[in-house]
Amino acid sequence: MQNFLIFAILILGFIITFQIARASEFVSVIRGEEKTRKQTNKINAILLLVFLVVGMFGVYWTQHTLGDKILKLGTSASDHGILVDRMIKYTLIATGIVFVGTQTLLFWYSFKYQESETRSVYYFPHNNKLELLWTVVPAIVLTILIGFGIVYWYRITGAAPENAMQIEITGSQFKWEFRYPGKDGVFGKKYYKNIDEAHDNPLGQIWEDAANHDDIYVTQAPMHLVVGKPVKLIIGAKDVIHSVGLPHFRLKMDAVPGTPTTLWFTPIKTTKDMIKETGNSKFVYEIACDQMCGAGHTGMRGEIVVETQEEFDQWMASQKPQYAKIQEAAAPAAATGDSTAAPAVKDTARAVTADTTAAAKKDSTGK
Amino acid sequence: MSDTLHIQHEVASHGHSGEPHVHHQKETFVSKYIFSMDHKMIAKQFLVTGIIWAIIGGLFSVLFRLQLGFPDQSFPILETFFGRWAEGGKIKPEFYYALTTMHGTVLIFFVLTAGLSGTFANLLIPLQVGARDMASPFMNMLSFWLFFAASIVMLSSLFTQTGPAAGGWTVYPPLSALGLASQGSKSGMDLWIIAMTLFVASQLLGGLNYISTILNMRTKGMSMTRMPLTIWAILFTAILGVLSFPVLLSGLVLLMFDRHLGTSFYLSDIFVAGQALPNEGGSAILYQHLFWFLGHPEVYIIILPTMGLASEILAINSRKPVFGYMAMIASLMAICVLAFLVWAHHMFVTGLNPFLGSVFVLLTLLIAIPSAIKVFNWITTIWRGNIRFTPAMLFAIGFVSIFISGGLTGIWLGNSTIDVHLHDTMFVIAHFHIVMGVSAFFGMFAGIYHWFPKLFGRYMNNTLGYIHFWVTLACAYLIFWPMHYQGMAGMPRRYLDKSSWVSFSQFHSLDAMITIATIIAFSVQLMFVFNYFYSMYKGRRVRSQNPWGATTLEWTTPIHPGHGNWEGEIPEVHRWAYDYGKDGRDFIPQTEPVGENESTH
Repeated sequence: MQNFLIFAILILGFIITFQIARASEFVSVIRGEEKTRKQTNKINAILLLVFLVVGMFGVYWTQHTLGDKILKLGTSASDHGILVDRMIKYTLIATGIVFVGTQTLLFWYSFKYQESETRSVYYFPHNNKLELLWTVVPAIVLTILIGFGIVYWYRITGAAPENAMQIEITGSQFKWEFRYPGKDGVFGKKYYKNIDEAHDNPLGQIWEDAANHDDIYVTQAPMHLVVGKPVKLIIGAKDVIHSVGLPHFRLKMDAVPGTPTTLWFTPIKTTKDMIKETGNSKFVYEIACDQMCGAGHTGMRGEIVVETQEEFDQWMASQKPQYAKIQEAAAPAAATGDSTAAPAVKDTARAVTADTTAAAKKDSTGK
Repeated sequence: MSDTLHIQHEVASHGHSGEPHVHHQKETFVSKYIFSMDHKMIAKQFLVTGIIWAIIGGLFSVLFRLQLGFPDQSFPILETFFGRWAEGGKIKPEFYYALTTMHGTVLIFFVLTAGLSGTFANLLIPLQVGARDMASPFMNMLSFWLFFAASIVMLSSLFTQTGPAAGGWTVYPPLSALGLASQGSKSGMDLWIIAMTLFVASQLLGGLNYISTILNMRTKGMSMTRMPLTIWAILFTAILGVLSFPVLLSGLVLLMFDRHLGTSFYLSDIFVAGQALPNEGGSAILYQHLFWFLGHPEVYIIILPTMGLASEILAINSRKPVFGYMAMIASLMAICVLAFLVWAHHMFVTGLNPFLGSVFVLLTLLIAIPSAIKVFNWITTIWRGNIRFTPAMLFAIGFVSIFISGGLTGIWLGNSTIDVHLHDTMFVIAHFHIVMGVSAFFGMFAGIYHWFPKLFGRYMNNTLGYIHFWVTLACAYLIFWPMHYQGMAGMPRRYLDKSSWVSFSQFHSLDAMITIATIIAFSVQLMFVFNYFYSMYKGRRVRSQNPWGATTLEWTTPIHPGHGNWEGEIPEVHRWAYDYGKDGRDFIPQTEPVGENESTH
């Protein structure tokens, strides 16, 4: 019923508009088309000017009402994000000036040079000086923007520092999985055909590679980062293309099946800092999938906790390597020996992988 | 070069001079309205098909905006129409993504490429360069019917059991290659590829025809530098299309192979729906290179013709020559060349080599220069003019305003340092909807209002035209301007419900406002469609041959030109197309010889 009413009102409104429009055409024929045309010309010229004023106010008002709902420039939570924010600021200033200038000229001239019998047009087909002016000025401004852009871009995409913490992040429909290299600092090898969720091997780790034995697997829980410590993400996907979107760090990198990618940055604010800064007690760093990946795309959400080194160490100490979990599952009978068996495995693993570090590193970064 | 072309055209025009008589033979309904070879009728066919597609594509956007604006509410009427796709009156995710994908595909390809170029290239090329018809009227007819076939196939994909393609209009594999990964990647995707294949064939036939007509069939005196800017714009559009559409086709053929023949062009190391696929060694990024090699020129294929239309309409209604004619051509050419060299700016965050990325930043931002030249030239064109605000002129001014707004955010996104944050967010949605969606529509509306008298010998209703313009302009800004803010909050595109997110759930009322504005904008477009069809039969009749006081050749034809356009000889051209307000005269038609005492420019 409600739908029907809305529909009826729309139709009615349309019929009324149409009848008015038709009538106005008849009136214009009766009154003389030229006279009517001149009158509507004036009305439209005034409306253009009104639109300029209202529009510019609208721009201000949008900023006024939505300005505090966005990520404020200069408040990024990563070092690279600071550069991104700065680049946005420069670009905003340059394009903002052009926007206000050109829109004002466009609508003001439209109003000012509306048809008038007293004015004859100025025959002005071309002027090389003017053309040169508005080729060179934008070129200079753009050169500056490109210059800053490329310098910042190289800083963002340059090689990660040696001391960077490495974390592997894998996207699949519709979740994120993380892997830490464990104490040896090396990711064990993996192969996608080894993926076997029923047997606790969601990433397809090759257990024969001892570097895998201390790798820590985390899913359905936040990724933990240390404030002030560079982190290098090694990004992959199992099924379709996903994208690791980190709005608060102002960064993003696609996760492509078969082609690992990397992204590094240094978080500079802990989650607690951000809670204080935003005044939002529920604040949490979110990982948003930014590349259309199927029906559950909207819900492909991950979380990041940025904390101090001590907090991180504490958390890390509570994590168990995936390999140890498998050992436990394989030997449920020896339940009593659990707590001692797992570390033993870890120790031998470290001894074996000591000399394969370089190879494993090469493999895991994928370059 | 122009000399040789000049000779060619003379040969051509002599060869054709006897033709109009041939066409006076009896025309049947089929040969006149269906399998017509008259460029004007083909233009109308493209336009009407484009309008139908625009209504479908626009309606899709209204449907998914309902979901975005009112995610908690249910609309039982949706279930009535779409059954299990909207169970309980709520749009399912699969359906949502099918809607957005088809919205993009339909509007970008079927409306703003075929509907726009097909209409104005077919209508204006022969009329403005002074030719009796296209170089190959038969190929022209074939071009429309291939487009029509593509339309039928695409339309049929909407009715398959698993729904139409749903991986976004860019259909990136592996998502689009694997039926296991998405409902929309099953039979709907096959139909999508088949439809696009037919579409590419249609574009190639059309484009080759446009190029050869412009180069070879200009009337006597119509040197290249006397052509109206519309024709220049269409020429560059056609060149872009002919060079880039085949690359898309090759990309799609490989995708088809991956889907059905077990090849691994795009697939590698995939574990999906609980099983590991055998494919190894492919590159998902390869597809993106092939796709964007068309995909980026495609946005210029959409915007260049409207730049031409706007230039023409701004000059005519300002009663003043277009400013910097040669600079306008040069900037069109620069855009055309650069269009091929910037495709990877869509791929900054795919793991692209950073050095390559910086090269694409440079080339991308270079496009801002010719675009800036055009904007300043348009503004100078109306400066000290004597402006008549016809609905067409208003839409042309609106076009410039919208193009500025959308073009400037291109400087943001073309810079990889900003793109690494804003890529695939609502900011991108705002940017490209404004710069190539809305502004191209404004240019197209301007063109339709302006050349309607030539198409049908009648005017469209002015009052409805003014309402159409003002409401559309206001809604365009209301819908898309705030979306920049959603993007600046980091909100990704293609999210149908933000309630589970901490960072993106602060825009409820804004989304509702945008949805309401969308519904209003869509209703006003329906009013335009009504105005179009009503005026076709009942509009005010055109009484004078040259209702706008324009200089170009199409207004020297009879009010209802027959097949062959001119009765008797094709007029000879003596001057450029923009002698408005020269030596105290309102306008001087192109057909008037240059007087002895006339000033030169």
